[in-house]
Amino acid sequence: MAEAKPIDGRSLIRRRAGARLWLSAGWLTLLCAVALLAPWIAPKDPLAQDLFLGRLPPFWVQGTEPGYWLGTDSLGRDVLSRILHGARVALAVALVAGTITCLVGATLGLMAGFLRGWVDMVISRLIDIWMAFPPVLFSILLIAVLGPGLWSIIIAIVVIDWTRFARVIRAEAMAQGAMDYVASARVAGRGRIGTMLREILPNVLPTIVVLLTLEMGIAVIVEAILSFVNLSISTDDPTWGGMIAEGRTSVHQAWWVLVFPLITLFLTVLSFSQLGEGLKDRFDPVLR
Amino acid sequence: MPFLRILLLRLLTTAITLAGVAVIVFFVIRVVPGNPIAMMLPPGATEADIARLSALYGLDKPLVAQFGIWLAGVVQGDFGTSITTRQPVLDLVLGRLPATLELSIMALVMACLLGGVAALTGTRFRGGRTEGAIDVANGMALSVPDFLWGLVLILLFGVLVPVFHISGRVTPSMDLPFATNFYLFESLIRLRFDLWADIVAHMFMPALALAIPLAAIIGQLLKQSLKETMNLDYVTLARTKGYGESRVILREALRNAALPTLTLVGVQFTFLIGGTVIIERLFSYEGLGNMAIDAVINRDLPLIQGIVILFAVIFTAVNLIVDLLYTVLNPRLRHG
Amino acid sequence: MSFLSIRNLSVRLKKGPPLLRRVSLEVAAGEVRGLVGESGAGKSMIGKAVLGILPPSVEVTEGEILLDGVDLLRLPIAERRRRIGASAALIPQDPLTALNPSHRIGPQITDRLVDILGWTRADAEARARALLAEVQIPDPDRVLRSYPHELSGGMRQRVLIASAFAAEPKLIVADEPTTALDVTVQKQILKLIAGMQARHGTALLFVTHDLGVVSKVCQKLSVLYAGMVVEDTSVADFFAAPRHPYSAALLAATPKYTDPSAGLQPVPDTVIATVQAEVAAFDRGTARG
Repeated sequence: MAEAKPIDGRSLIRRRAGARLWLSAGWLTLLCAVALLAPWIAPKDPLAQDLFLGRLPPFWVQGTEPGYWLGTDSLGRDVLSRILHGARVALAVALVAGTITCLVGATLGLMAGFLRGWVDMVISRLIDIWMAFPPVLFSILLIAVLGPGLWSIIIAIVVIDWTRFARVIRAEAMAQGAMDYVASARVAGRGRIGTMLREILPNVLPTIVVLLTLEMGIAVIVEAILSFVNLSISTDDPTWGGMIAEGRTSVHQAWWVLVFPLITLFLTVLSFSQLGEGLKDRFDPVLR
Repeated sequence: MPFLRILLLRLLTTAITLAGVAVIVFFVIRVVPGNPIAMMLPPGATEADIARLSALYGLDKPLVAQFGIWLAGVVQGDFGTSITTRQPVLDLVLGRLPATLELSIMALVMACLLGGVAALTGTRFRGGRTEGAIDVANGMALSVPDFLWGLVLILLFGVLVPVFHISGRVTPSMDLPFATNFYLFESLIRLRFDLWADIVAHMFMPALALAIPLAAIIGQLLKQSLKETMNLDYVTLARTKGYGESRVILREALRNAALPTLTLVGVQFTFLIGGTVIIERLFSYEGLGNMAIDAVINRDLPLIQGIVILFAVIFTAVNLIVDLLYTVLNPRLRHG
Repeated sequence: MSFLSIRNLSVRLKKGPPLLRRVSLEVAAGEVRGLVGESGAGKSMIGKAVLGILPPSVEVTEGEILLDGVDLLRLPIAERRRRIGASAALIPQDPLTALNPSHRIGPQITDRLVDILGWTRADAEARARALLAEVQIPDPDRVLRSYPHELSGGMRQRVLIASAFAAEPKLIVADEPTTALDVTVQKQILKLIAGMQARHGTALLFVTHDLGVVSKVCQKLSVLYAGMVVEDTSVADFFAAPRHPYSAALLAATPKYTDPSAGLQPVPDTVIATVQAEVAAFDRGTARG
């Protein structure tokens, strides 16, 4: 017994979905630009230490040095520049790890959901085993095995989070596979793999895209957590997680070292997630 | 009788899963670069010393043999000895377990309360600004993981307005008359409310950080479920009997709306438990997760194994309990 | 003095088309009035308006609903619900969805007695048992302890009927109570409702699309088309000589079991045109006024 929705409500929802989409896309675009241009737009050298300029507060506080807009950390390094450079690692991980996880997980999910049989059994069993591991612990373990480094993080994320895609895509593929258009394709002579790619894939694509944005946000967080426990990239390049770890220890004396990278991380993760939500609303045929 | 069959089948799949976990973790960590023995010994250690100690821990044997030995031990309850502390892994692990359990359960209770209140309030004040505000808050809580909430809480209530403690389980200066490691529980039983308050003050923020994402999921799901349930005929009938709207929601709709939420909450609860690893680290809380990170950094192989297996057991146990609970609570399933 | 008096009730979809057009009708104490019309004519909507359970997408634009002399529409919501709960009840249409699947039958009958009227649990349960016996349910104790899904549709409808009479209401709205049931069960349930109504002396607003039902149970009836009352008369007069052409067409459309070869007679287009013209005239009148 569906009640008739007044016309206002629908356009209100669409308007809200639009705002969310533009805001998050805006922030992420800004972030990409910053990441690309960091070496040129950062006011100071992110690695330059100057102990005489340690723990300077942000620009609006009395008695700070000009030029260090967001203050400095314990070693005198400019917080703003480090945040700008940290965006490079964050986005690199987000894009690469997110995409690879998506490819691996979605493929396995499609195969399991559509081909069924022993393929499904094996993959489902694998998913169950994987879900029994606490993700953070698993990632730390993998980094210990693979050694620190950008590619280690990417591999770790893929290895741990492929199940997120696989489960959802498997369910969708199963649902789609039961539908009539698939039967028609098979009758028309398409092979199983062909059907999977040509018929089912386009229909699960919206879900994949939404999950992809979610995964990118997760990748950023995983990298931050790993750098927080000091297991991230091997060089001295600044990472948001590393800055947060430092900031945590000196939070009473220099709150800005923790606050600003935290805000950036917060907004970035929020944006990825809201981007996904906004896209989901756009793709939803009911609202269209 | 079919109930028994389903139970047996579940136990079988659980056993396979646990076996899989054991195998994977065993072989993965043996690939770890960095010899734990070498890390333990003082810098002047000779090759012979390293070799002797390795033999003591059985690290010189072929991998499959090592697995066999470890498995045989496990069956007898011996999970090996920690390389860093020389203590039995089982004791270490069970020693830290209560802390993590208390934290997880406290987080679960908080999440249910927060999410429940959000969903019920949103339903009671449908269509207004209250519901809109709740939706926005929910969306944000959902998008941001426990790690970030922990940091935000540290800033807000540990530094800005210092109300709660941001590290440890209990203030170090207090005397602890405990027999077990269930500090929270025991302090209540012993009626030591001063201790209990101190422990809660330490646990509040890590538990809240863990709770927020789960609360958002519960809030969203329950609200959606309530929305559908409130449209059903028996709810309308209840209104004609003279009950006020709040009563109708609580009496008629809640129980039926909550049931579908239960299974998802169960799965999400296991994610929450997984989150204790980083949250405990963040708040220097002496639990399983914190010990796990140290174990990995120190390459303490037997300890890593023990902890991972324990987590896997907890996860599967939670899933099993949730499924059982669902069967018990749904009258239709009970009578088959 | 009527127990229920609806005067000029108009209801519409919020910012949308009208659903009820100045409906007026009276139900005296102990009387049975039928509300007939095709699907979508608004008969259910009237029942819902009386009981205060209009859907949220719908609003009242004018009129009064006087229950025992008090206008329900002018009361605050809590007070309205209390009054309705105390003196009225609903026999719902679909027995499969009208009972809460998580609660046993017993509490669903006794809840209003204990929570709202302050009865003791023992008294309430005794009353529930007596009512179940009255609706001819064998083994009332077992049924009281059962969950809804353990009972058949017919049993559930009996329970709902018993539950409606529990607080000894002065008015019951029966919303197509036999529509969702098997034909074989319909007649029994109908006799049951009629019998209980007579014994308890309750006023009954009987919503139905079935004229046969009306002839057996009702004393007065209102014919509705597109939310407008087209005829308001006694049942005897209606079946003898309906005044409005639409009523006559409805009567003619009823299949005659005594003459199966007579075929089905739908409402003629001319009659529909006539009655739609009346509706249009009404709308013009209200738009101007």
